[in-house]
Amino acid sequence: MMSEDEKKELLASGHRMCAGCGEGTAMRTILNEAGPNSIATVATGCLEVTTTAFPQTAWEIPLIHAAFENAASVAAGIESALKQMDKKGETNILSFAGDGGTFDIGFQALSGMFERKHNVTHICLDNEAYMNTGIQRCSSTPYGASTTTSPKGKYSIGEDRPKKPIARIASAHDIPYAATACIGYINDLKKKVNKALEADGPAFLHVFAPCPTGWRHGSSDTIELAKLAVETGVFVLWEAEDGNICDLNVTYKPKERKPVEEYLKKQRRFAHLTEEHIEKIQKEVDEKCEEYGF
Amino acid sequence: MGEQKGLTIQGNMATALGAKLSRPDVIPAYPITPSTLFPEKISEYIADGELDASMIRVESEHSAMSACIGASAVGARTCTASASQGIALMHEMLFIAAGMRLPIVMAVGNRAMSAPINIWADHQDTMASRDSGWMQFYAEKNQEGLDLMILAFRIAEDERVLLPAMVGIDGFVLTHTVEGVQAPAQEDVDEFLPPYDPPHGKLDPEEPMTFGSLGTPEYYQELKYDQTKAMDNTPEIIDEIFDEFEEKFGRNYNRITPYRCEDADIILLTMGSMTGTARAAVDEMREEGEKVGLAKLTVFRPFPSDLLKEIAGDVHGLAVVDRNISPGFGGAVFAECAGAFINEKKSPLMKNFIVGLGGREIFKKNFREMYEKTKKAVETGKVEKPVEWINMDEDVMR
Repeated sequence: MMSEDEKKELLASGHRMCAGCGEGTAMRTILNEAGPNSIATVATGCLEVTTTAFPQTAWEIPLIHAAFENAASVAAGIESALKQMDKKGETNILSFAGDGGTFDIGFQALSGMFERKHNVTHICLDNEAYMNTGIQRCSSTPYGASTTTSPKGKYSIGEDRPKKPIARIASAHDIPYAATACIGYINDLKKKVNKALEADGPAFLHVFAPCPTGWRHGSSDTIELAKLAVETGVFVLWEAEDGNICDLNVTYKPKERKPVEEYLKKQRRFAHLTEEHIEKIQKEVDEKCEEYGF
Repeated sequence: MGEQKGLTIQGNMATALGAKLSRPDVIPAYPITPSTLFPEKISEYIADGELDASMIRVESEHSAMSACIGASAVGARTCTASASQGIALMHEMLFIAAGMRLPIVMAVGNRAMSAPINIWADHQDTMASRDSGWMQFYAEKNQEGLDLMILAFRIAEDERVLLPAMVGIDGFVLTHTVEGVQAPAQEDVDEFLPPYDPPHGKLDPEEPMTFGSLGTPEYYQELKYDQTKAMDNTPEIIDEIFDEFEEKFGRNYNRITPYRCEDADIILLTMGSMTGTARAAVDEMREEGEKVGLAKLTVFRPFPSDLLKEIAGDVHGLAVVDRNISPGFGGAVFAECAGAFINEKKSPLMKNFIVGLGGREIFKKNFREMYEKTKKAVETGKVEKPVEWINMDEDVMR
């Protein structure tokens, strides 16, 4: 076995992600856990744009980028072909997309891949808006966030709808493994990557990854914010096997939940929120956490 | 050489049989009229153990082409079938398949585009994919549908080509019409079409590479030039492979096939199933002493400008018959033909006839009318209306 030092990084340095990009931390962790015997598809988005500009590539595993809405169906084609040609073996098939490529435009392809039970792990890197095109709202954008298409204003609170519960919806396809994870909790993320890859069939990982550019927070605050999202209960870490979302396993429960204000105040996308707004968000988070049992 | 087997089958069964004989590894497909029998037939072959392949019953045509791209990128021989709205839904993926130089083959049951929704034959669907970078072949009859599938794989996978190809058979007129075909023996197809092994790499953990990079303005134009050059190089390769096919299977294919064109004054140019009716009309008119010929277009992309100029360079009139319409211009084939003669000192007078949209019947008398109209233009030296719609129902128009 190679020591940690000798282990080759599978996302090469020198990519063009923004300083403090949460996706970089997520990708480095996920690829190194998956190891070199992996093939990946990636949807159009920040990850693709920052890692594949010809003639360079940051990917040390085979990668294919086709379009925005179909990372999961390209992966399904790869998986079926390798199985048909008896070449699948232990090769991991990973399908990467942002929140836009998962929650919105990529949802149909993803649902089809789950339903057909391809042995593919789809990983959603969620930074809660269309960051690659310039911070437009997505169904992943949380209530109250100001984006370029849900701007705060005299008559607008910013995004006026709650975040779509994508991991629950994914799990409801009765797939063997679905989990949420966050770059503030690397060991939890690593465990979940391994469980997803070991699953006999499709798996889904919803990885929460702050975006300094879109959330307008300091680039050195990424990890702190990722932790705060979990410590406040805004983002809950859980996993569910075989679509059993009624009996899901919360993998991390903060001993004492911090007020959501601590999380919101660090991001300028929420800077316009009044105390009333924050109270409303706190109430919703409290209710959600009660549902999750903490 | 094995004996060919006589069968009486529908067009979709012919293209499915052509696919089966080509031994595809992966067939992602989504049903759409009039090409649905293709995935049904492939499913049956697999269910009965006649074909060892993986059929992916995808949730849309977009995912069908996406899965084709994934499968082809790991080195699988891959095909699908579609039509009309289905081809429109996978439109963006057609460009991506071609840009990645993946030799995917698609059987098309040519059908009109909505609205109004219409499931019958015309070429609007594939004409709308003209610039996607796919080669386009069109069959006159079911035998051609079968043969062109095998040919499409062989041409697409040629190391000098590596481009995807679609084979069009007209909706219902061919897809659902029973005709006699000769099916080549499997061992002969195996010899003609060796297993696919991507010559320039594939998605393989042993040798990682990135497909579908971001191409910035510093590189994009050169990459597109390379891709276009590959298409520009294909005519000779297609001719060579058509010849090899004829030698092996005894059936002759050309990018354009002339019929009674030697001493013709006027040539009708057709594509797809209407060609049979046009041939009968030409025979009739020949009996009556008219100097008319017929040119059948089998390969639309790459467009055979060279052959068209050889065949029609010396005639007085060329009547281009289009089963599609580009509103604001005319027929798509007409545009190509006109383009072929640009900068030539000598060019026939050209007329364009729009026929058979959305399954409208095309009769011998329609071809006679097109001939007469073209003859009049030649005699007067004037083309008053370059584009005319034929077989219109005045009652419906009122």
